[in-house]
Amino acid sequence: MNVAMVNTPQVNRIAADLSGLSERISIRKLDFYYGDSRALKAISLPLYDRKVTAFIGPSGCGKSTLLRVLNRMYDLYPNQRAEGEVLFDGTNIISPKQDLNLLRARIGMVFQKPTPFPMTIYDNIAFGIRLYERLSKSEVDGRVEESLKRAGLWNEVKDKLQANGLSLSGGQQQRLCIARTVAVRPEVILLDEPCSALDPISTAKIEELIEELKADYTIVIVTHNMQQAARVSEFTAFMYLGELIEFGDTQKIFTTPNDSRTQDYITGRFG
Amino acid sequence: MRASLYARRRRRNAVAMSLSLLATMIGLGWLVLILGVLLWQGLSGLSLKVFTEMTPPPGSDGGLLNPILGSLIMTGLAVLIGTPVGILAGTYMAEYGRYARTTTVVRFINDILLSAPSIIVGLFIYEVMVAPMGHFSALAGAVALAVIVVPVVIRTTEDMLLLVPNPLREAAAALGMPRAYIIRHVAYRAAKAGIVTGVLLAIARISGETAPLLFTALNNQFWSTNLNAPMASLPAVIFQFALSPYAEWQKLAWTGALIITLAVLTLSIVARAVTASKRPS
Repeated sequence: MNVAMVNTPQVNRIAADLSGLSERISIRKLDFYYGDSRALKAISLPLYDRKVTAFIGPSGCGKSTLLRVLNRMYDLYPNQRAEGEVLFDGTNIISPKQDLNLLRARIGMVFQKPTPFPMTIYDNIAFGIRLYERLSKSEVDGRVEESLKRAGLWNEVKDKLQANGLSLSGGQQQRLCIARTVAVRPEVILLDEPCSALDPISTAKIEELIEELKADYTIVIVTHNMQQAARVSEFTAFMYLGELIEFGDTQKIFTTPNDSRTQDYITGRFG
Repeated sequence: MRASLYARRRRRNAVAMSLSLLATMIGLGWLVLILGVLLWQGLSGLSLKVFTEMTPPPGSDGGLLNPILGSLIMTGLAVLIGTPVGILAGTYMAEYGRYARTTTVVRFINDILLSAPSIIVGLFIYEVMVAPMGHFSALAGAVALAVIVVPVVIRTTEDMLLLVPNPLREAAAALGMPRAYIIRHVAYRAAKAGIVTGVLLAIARISGETAPLLFTALNNQFWSTNLNAPMASLPAVIFQFALSPYAEWQKLAWTGALIITLAVLTLSIVARAVTASKRPS
C-alpha cells in the first residue's frame, strides 16, 4: 500500500506471555458520556508498561474518546464525564481530586494534526520543559537537542532552532510535537492517529520513532490504519460502538481473532 | 440549446458585473470626494505653525497645538483604561466562560454597547462624572472615550481568541500547561495580530469622536495638561471653528479635519499591515 510498509523495520513479536508484563494503567468498567449519550460502555483493559497498545475500530467507535480519558483531555469541555476507574500507579485518575496538570505532565499526548505552538522551534520544546523543572540554560539546551534527536528531527532543524515552528513541513511539525512531548519526560505517551495527516515517508519515520520510544515509555496509539496497528503494536484493542470487543496480543488479533466482528473489521468487510 | 443557455448566462453575468462595479464606484466615489475636498481645503493650511501654535482668538492666526495635544492625551488615556478591561473581558468570554451563560449575556450587551450612539455615552459620563464633580474635565473625556474603546476591544479579543484552534489549546494542556499559561503563552501569541488590530481600530474610532467630548472634556482655548480641567481636542475644535463665521477659524477646522483623517488612515493601514504580517497558522 505504501512506502511505510517497505521501510518499517521488522517488529520483534513477543509471544502472548503475560507473565513478564506489568500493568501501567488499568482501565476498569469505564463509562463515558457526551451529555446524555453514552460513548464508552464498561470498558476494562490493561495497558502494559513499555509496550505499544493500539486502539482500532471504525469511526465513532470510541477509541479516541478512550484515549482522551487517559489524560483527562475531556475536562476542557463541558458536559463530558467519565465514570468508573482508570488506575495509574494505584490512583484513580478520573477522580475529581486528581490534579490535571500534574497528570498531563506524566501522560503526554500527540494529536492527529501537528500542533506546533506559534513560537520558535527551540521554544516549542523548551516551554514544556520549563513548566515543571528548574534547569539552567545549558541543561535546557541539552534537553532540547536530546528530544529533537529522539524525534529524528535534529539534523533537519539544528541550524534553525530560532525559526518559527510553523515554518516546518507537516511531517517535521509532527516530529516536533513528539519531541516536545518526549522532552517533558512523561511516563506514558498517547498518540491520537499521529500519522493520518502525513505522507508515507513521514509516517515511516514516526513509526520508527514509536519503535524506539517504547523502550522507555508506555505507548497507546489510536489508528485507522490496520497495517500500522499490526506493525507498531504488541497489543491491540478492537472497539465497536463504544464497546471493547476484543483485546489481546496484536498478532493473535490480526490472525485468529475470537470475535467475528473483529474478523470482519480486520479483513475489511466493514469500517 | 446549450450554447444559448450559456450565452444567456454570460449576458446576465455581464449585467450583474456592471451593477456591482457601479455600486462600488458610488461607494468609493464619496470617499474620494471627501478625501479630495479635505486635501484641497486642508492642505493649504497645513504648515509648521499648525503644530507649534495655540488656537487663536477670532481674527488672528494660530495653530492647533493644544487640541492636538489634548486629543493625544485623552485618546492615550482612554486606550490605557479601555484596553486592559476589553482584553480581560474578551479573554474571559473566549477562554474561561466560553460555555457560560454569563458570556452570552455579556456578548449581547456588548453588541448593544458597540453600536450605541456616542452622544449617549457622553451624556452618561456627564451624569456620572461631570455633574457630581461640578465641572468639565479631560479625565471625564478620557473615560467617555474608554467606554467606546471597551466594546470594540472586547469584541475583537473574543473573536480572535475564538479563532485560535482548540487542538492548539489541547496540545498545550497535554503538556501539563496550566490554563493561565495556555492563554498567555499560546492563545495570546496566536491571536496577537488580531488583538493589536482591534486596539488600533478602537483608537481610530475614538480619535474622531466629538459628541462624547462635548459633554465631558468640553474645550479649552489654551494650553492645558490638567486632567481635572476642560481640555481641547481636535474634533471639538473642528466643531467649534467650522461653525464660526471667522475665515481663519474655518481654515483651521479644515486643517484639523485633514490631520484627523490622515491619522486614522495611517492607523488603519498599520492595522492592515499588522494583520497581513500574521504568520500562517
